[in-house]
Formats: sequence, C-alpha cells, structure tokens
Amino acid sequence: MEPLFFWILAVGLVVSASALVAFRNPVTNAVCLVVALVIQAALFITLEAFFLAAVQVIVYAGAVMVLFLFVIMLLDVKEEARRTPPWVKIVGVLGVGGVAVLGLTKIVPLFPFTQKTLHWGQGKGGGSAAELGKLLFTSYSPLFLATGVLLLVATVGVVVLCRKDPES
Amino acid sequence: MIFGDITLGHCLALSSLLFLIGLAGVILRRSLLIIMMSLELLLNAANLALVAVGRFQGLPDPQVAVFFVITVAAAEVALGLAILVAIFRIKKTTAADQLATLRF
Repeated sequence: MEPLFFWILAVGLVVSASALVAFRNPVTNAVCLVVALVIQAALFITLEAFFLAAVQVIVYAGAVMVLFLFVIMLLDVKEEARRTPPWVKIVGVLGVGGVAVLGLTKIVPLFPFTQKTLHWGQGKGGGSAAELGKLLFTSYSPLFLATGVLLLVATVGVVVLCRKDPES
Repeated sequence: MIFGDITLGHCLALSSLLFLIGLAGVILRRSLLIIMMSLELLLNAANLALVAVGRFQGLPDPQVAVFFVITVAAAEVALGLAILVAIFRIKKTTAADQLATLRF
C-alpha cells in the first residue's frame, strides 16, 4: 500500500504545481497552491512527520493562503494578458528540467545512502509534538527566541508598509 | 506489488522536481503574486527534502529546521505581500516587467 500512496501523492503534487505555473487566473493559481500544500502535508504523514503535517495545514494552507487570497481580492488582480509565449525561456526551462531529471535518475542511485528504504512505522519517531518541542526548547531555544523576534519585526514592518501616508 | 519500495532517492527526486517547477514559475511568470506563490513551492521542495533525509537517517533535527523554515516563510509572505500592496498603490500594476525603473 505504502508505495502506492507515495506515487499517488507524488503525481498529484507535480500536477498541481505545474498547474500553478501554467494557469493565468490568479484565483486558480491560489487553489492549485492550496492543493499542492495539502498534498505535501499528506506526504509529511507518509514520512512520519505528524506535527509538521499539522503545522503545514494550519500555517501554510490556512494562514498563508488566506493572505494570498486577501491580496488577490484587495488588488483585484486581473488575468495576465495573453502574449506570445516566451519560447526561448520555455525551451530553456524544459531543457534544463529534462537534463536535471535524467541526471537525477542516473546520479541518485550512485549514492548508496539514497537506496535506504524504511517501511511505515519503522521510523525512529521524532515526528510528534512532544519530541519536537523538547528539541525546540532545549538545544534550539536561542533560534526559537530569534524566530519570535523575527515575527515581531515582520509584523511591525507590515504595519508600517501598509500605513497610508498622512500627508497625502 | 507493482511498485518497488520507496527509497530516500525517490523522495529527493520528487523534491528536486518540485523545485524545478517552482523555479520555472519564478522565471516564466510576470505577475509578482504568482512569482511569490512559486517561491512558496521552492521552500516546500526544500522542506520535503529535509523531512525525507531526517526520516531515513533517523534524525529529528531536520524537522526542527523545517519548523523554522515554515515560520520564516510565513513572515516572508506577509512582508512580501505588504510590499506588493505598496507597489500597487503607486504603480497600479503587479507585472514584474513593468516595474523596471529604478526611481518613480
């Protein structure tokens, strides 16, 4: 069952990410991004990162996406105008992508550690909130505090940026 | 079973593919909003690689790193969208190729 889940999720992730790049309507793009983020949360569960899966849904698919949708509505962003496709760029991207995928399938198996396989439930844990919290509040506590300061600075910055100029 | 076992290589390949798609979005799209969504894809590709390596090597530390990446990404989106709104107020557009001047 487990490889089947992985392949379904992998195909869904690649399709929704490609749709995000391909479609021109911003609301469609936002929906594609939500689908990709939720699929990634499911992938986190198959990788036994349960807490991160929950955080992914709450923070990314919840908060960040609401922010994106608010800005789409606020700015009333129109569909991107149709234009002659930038063929040089598209061919370049497809070429680099093709070479990279070929390279991956050839190079990745050369490293023995990538051949490791681990069945679901055999992981050493570490995915629960308790274990992550223990790490977060002991060895990584300075970083945790710095993140708090970062969020505060970001909040103040956003408020300052979005303030209407009182003189105009 | 039709499919073979999932190895770390599969997860890393998927994450690189996701990174490539996101990079294509950043390069090919013009709307700043879509470019920021593609940036989220790039961050998610990195997160996937970190979680996969952490699980297959039996380390919990990469998951802490992903936790921080998600936090910083949330701050980044908030600030980026605020800048986007500020630009839109002045220039009435979010197309990257119409924002080519250095001074207004």
